[in-house]
Amino acid sequence: MRRGARVAAPLFPAAAALGASFGVLARTAHMDAPAAIVMSATTFAGSAQVATVSVLGAGGGVAAAVAAALLLNARYAPIGISVAKSFRGHALKRLGEAQLVVDESWALAGGGTARFDRRVLLGVGATLWFAWVGGTAAGALLGQAIGDTSAFGLDGAFAALFVALLAAQLRDRARITAAVAGAVIAASLIPLTPPGVPIVAATAAVFVGRRRT
Amino acid sequence: MSDAWLAVLIVGAGTFVLKAVGPVGVAGRRLPARVDQLLELLAPAILAALVVTETFAGGRSLVLDARLAGVAAGIAAVALRAPLWAVVVAGGAATALVRLLS
Repeated sequence: MRRGARVAAPLFPAAAALGASFGVLARTAHMDAPAAIVMSATTFAGSAQVATVSVLGAGGGVAAAVAAALLLNARYAPIGISVAKSFRGHALKRLGEAQLVVDESWALAGGGTARFDRRVLLGVGATLWFAWVGGTAAGALLGQAIGDTSAFGLDGAFAALFVALLAAQLRDRARITAAVAGAVIAASLIPLTPPGVPIVAATAAVFVGRRRT
Repeated sequence: MSDAWLAVLIVGAGTFVLKAVGPVGVAGRRLPARVDQLLELLAPAILAALVVTETFAGGRSLVLDARLAGVAAGIAAVALRAPLWAVVVAGGAATALVRLLS
């Protein structure tokens, strides 16, 4: 776990800043600070939370907000299955540990590979959780002082982070093929499906990667 | 209950279940070797999809904006074997800079 915390430490400021930008966004969408903080502590998934408050802020209603968020989080079903065999012990313990699964903790701990290390996932997940919740609290409570967060380029920072996490995965031909296929599937579906679906559909790329080896 | 709190509760509960599917529902069970082999490829597939959506998705359309500069800086930083924090900083700085100038 300590190794995971060390791995995640360099990401702490960025995760906290992104949390703060969510907190600011939540307040501008008329979500009060306690609700924003509770959401970060329980949902702990950036894009889904941003989608929720964006839909609510645009007057889209609860059902549309929930649907948008859960589609974005649907990828956690296949992601969780890919590391399921590393989780042992009482169901309640596994239930708690499962909540620390986020894209970054999963990828930094080895993804669904044989090298996957559950303790690294827990360390990274816990570290990012504190950054995310603390950042949200700061953003939600001090929002007005922070101003327009898009100027900070956090979206670009996280896109770059995913580039680095992806690069670490491209070790052989099968993985490169799967990545290319995943990117093509996602890009083709973005104009056709609601956000979230392109990422879940990209899981089909594993079949393409396997066939080519 | 306000709409915001209702959404927080339902999204939180739904995400809780989605995250639990694997570690609670499937845990301990031995998956067929073929499935294991496929799951080995899940990380590159999903991370590539995340790069594409985080870079080009604007709702339901493909857009080119300042995020592209962030990704280009990220790729350069990765190519230079920069540490993770530097990749993130480079991505954020490039995006912010393009936004400032445009």
